[in-house]
Amino acid sequence: MRYLPHTSEEIETMLRVVGVDSLNDLFSSVPEACRRDGEMDLPLPMTEWELNDHVRGLAALMDIKPDYKVLIGAGSYDHHIPAIIPALTSRSEFLTAYTPYQPEMAQGTLQGIFEYQTLTARLLGMDVANASIYDGASALAEALLMGIRISKKRKKVAISSAVHPHYRQVARTYFRPTEFELLELPVLENGRTDLSGLAGLGELAAVAIQSPNFFGVIEDLPAAAGAIHSRDAVFITCFTEPLAYGLLKNPGSCGADIVCGEGQSFGIPRSFGGPGLGMFACLEQYVRSMPGRLIGQTTDLEGRRGFVLTLSTREQHIRREKATSNICTNQGLCAMTVGMYMAALGGTGIRELARLNYDKAEYFKAGLVKAGAKICFDSPTFNEFVVEFAENFKPVAKRLLKKKIVAGLDLGGYYPNLKEKYLFCVTETVSREIIDTLVAEVKK
Amino acid sequence: MKTVLATGGLILNEPLLWEKGKRGRRGMDVPASDVPAAKIDPEFMGVGPDFPDLSEVDIVRHYTRLSQWNFGVDTGMYPLGSCTMKYNPKINDKIAATPEIAASHPMLPDRLCQGTLKIMYELQGYLATITGLDAVSLQPAAGAHGELTGMLIFSAYHKGRGAARTKILIPDTAHGTNPASAALCGLHPVPVQSGPDGILDPEVIARLMDQETAGIMVTNPNTLGLFEENIKEVSRIVHAGGGLVYGDGANMNAIMGVADLKKCGLDIVHLNLHKTFSTPHGGGGPGAGPVCVVDHLKKYLPVPRVVKDDKGYRLEYNRPDSVGRVHAFHGNFGILIRAYSYIRCMGAENLKKASQLAVLNANYIKEKLKGDLHLPYDRPCMHECVFSDQKQHEFKVSTLDMAKRLMDFGYHPPTIYFPLVVSGAIMIEPTETESKDDLDLFIEAFKEIVREARENPEILHEAPHLCKVKRLDETAAARHPCLTG
Repeated sequence: MRYLPHTSEEIETMLRVVGVDSLNDLFSSVPEACRRDGEMDLPLPMTEWELNDHVRGLAALMDIKPDYKVLIGAGSYDHHIPAIIPALTSRSEFLTAYTPYQPEMAQGTLQGIFEYQTLTARLLGMDVANASIYDGASALAEALLMGIRISKKRKKVAISSAVHPHYRQVARTYFRPTEFELLELPVLENGRTDLSGLAGLGELAAVAIQSPNFFGVIEDLPAAAGAIHSRDAVFITCFTEPLAYGLLKNPGSCGADIVCGEGQSFGIPRSFGGPGLGMFACLEQYVRSMPGRLIGQTTDLEGRRGFVLTLSTREQHIRREKATSNICTNQGLCAMTVGMYMAALGGTGIRELARLNYDKAEYFKAGLVKAGAKICFDSPTFNEFVVEFAENFKPVAKRLLKKKIVAGLDLGGYYPNLKEKYLFCVTETVSREIIDTLVAEVKK
Repeated sequence: MKTVLATGGLILNEPLLWEKGKRGRRGMDVPASDVPAAKIDPEFMGVGPDFPDLSEVDIVRHYTRLSQWNFGVDTGMYPLGSCTMKYNPKINDKIAATPEIAASHPMLPDRLCQGTLKIMYELQGYLATITGLDAVSLQPAAGAHGELTGMLIFSAYHKGRGAARTKILIPDTAHGTNPASAALCGLHPVPVQSGPDGILDPEVIARLMDQETAGIMVTNPNTLGLFEENIKEVSRIVHAGGGLVYGDGANMNAIMGVADLKKCGLDIVHLNLHKTFSTPHGGGGPGAGPVCVVDHLKKYLPVPRVVKDDKGYRLEYNRPDSVGRVHAFHGNFGILIRAYSYIRCMGAENLKKASQLAVLNANYIKEKLKGDLHLPYDRPCMHECVFSDQKQHEFKVSTLDMAKRLMDFGYHPPTIYFPLVVSGAIMIEPTETESKDDLDLFIEAFKEIVREARENPEILHEAPHLCKVKRLDETAAARHPCLTG
């Protein structure tokens, strides 16, 4: 086996040094009663070319080929990934290193993540960002737990029903074994979160709102900040599409205390939903309640700039059961990737790209309305929106699939009252021609 | 004089991203718009983030220079204990980038994604076979996330039996994440002292196990690199008290094809695919921490689960006893597929061989270095061995000094000051992918450092000498945090 370098002579020599007769004898401390009965029943080993053939077969089972256009976002977006991103992230000095516990040998990872933290804080209008959480969903769950820590003894958190349904499910999972209560806030006719119920809630630690929300709708964050802060609760905003902040006001300028979400949009392939990137940022005053790793700038013995893992007294390996989270391994390489992508886009590029996504969605909406469809929520949206068709859309979707277009996510599985209403997404990867084709098919 | 692996070389300084660039440069194309500009309500418009504008060349040089300040497994030996820094096969990265798979959207109907679902289904089966347990969830994104999932199952199980329990036993030889994972589920950790031989004493467990205790979290092999020889008896005691046994399987690399974790009495085990199953560590993730359970706990696994019926593979959502969802989608699929490729390339025979050679390598280092370094538990080890700096105290040389000096010889230091049960611990896990030649060089380097400690301790105190930076002021970093530039 090519990954195992030992020759049989070397094994013999080493066994003699260790003082045992055979490889099996190395396991004398494993009691008989704990041993396997026979060998593991696994497929026979494959050579590299056999594996290539095998995976080609698996790829053939995927009905959606790379040349299809998937007009669904819902937390996983198709954006162009420039060639430099995989080229640079696959540099093995980044790829095959681990957590930078020894900073003198890991300055590349450390500076790269420090830059990621900085660009993330600038994007979101926050003071501090951490080195990452697993994904947008766990980032939200961690943010809600952090809100409880900040508010000391309060017992309730509220979360908008317009937050990604899977994120809400994950938050519920994290809260189930705790003594805290997680409530959901309803959605108004216009697709925004109804905050009127907050007034009657006691013991409120934190409120989380997604913007743009699951329906693509841009929430009125400044108004929400007012309502939430007047209850003396922590205002958490979350996102699935960070590109929106190239165009929209960032959550910090709207009054958010903690901002978290999914960074997949920025240079990470969809890859069946993972790995992605849990982005997590907050105001400086809350940094010691923050979960996850942080990289800080410092100097070496000779006064040169360098970077280290810092404020680790918050973390599990020091604080044990009193840590702010149990997270250890995070999404390091994905944070590096997103840092690279933000740098490659630049301040000028992110504005242009966000504008383009917005314009395409508006063009698409206008076309659908002309074709007789209805846009369900009249609030402004970014690159996603919800559509109701005059007639059954299923046969249209079937015809579109034949034209290599995967059109819209039926929201009925997530919101029973939105059955046969479809969530659409367009990004820069969808040409006008594709949009026109879809609209024409709806008209038929 | 013999050539030492490490040498000085030309690396370049590189400023922070925003210290370079010019407004108007671009590092990637934004396509020209083919639709009319739409109206936007100025009320929502922001000014856009303050990112630097850089060219493609600026970006490529920036990250290439940064990468050259790093050390990875591809650079050299990385014997970081408990992290299993084995070689990461290149073919697995290529497989993960297969276009149909890398571009697959996670929320499409099952019938459109049979390939990815099949990979998950088969991987679940392989991991069940390797551990000896019955059912697997691939959702957890890392080891600690797997532990959390396991503790959620503990909590659901006891609630289901109508008696929530509040405590959990955690040995001093368990992984550092365990207490925090348990605490997230409202379980109060009760520390368990390991015996004088470094393993658990069933009598101690019997004394601590009571009706308030949800169970135990055991790392096996433990963080001293020792197999818990009494695990079956420990499990029996915990089960008799109505508790469950959680196995932290981060050290599975020692026992593939040898131990059957179900026969050991474990009810839940998480695996770290980025350790045992060779997926790259990425400078701190992404990893994957699948959770394996015995049959009677299957109903608690996260939702959805991949199942197979006569129509093919599908995601099963209707699971009323499930602890719920722990990941936005299906876990870190890009990591799962790498582990899948690895298992398919290795097969049963080579996975077992990998464990055998990992254990051989660790024992070889232990034997060769035990004259030079203090070995607190002198008995056969599994995949890692734990020394301490006790013999170097008289020269005022610490574990940290020796670790930093190893860099000058071209090695990543071992895990240091962990496990806490050994003061000044030096935890070495060579893994099976290091050859005897490379181990001999490493051993020679360590012996040389031990000699330096006696004869020239200053050179250790000031180490490293060859890295881009000298030792960094971590105290100042924590006292006056500078977390953004």
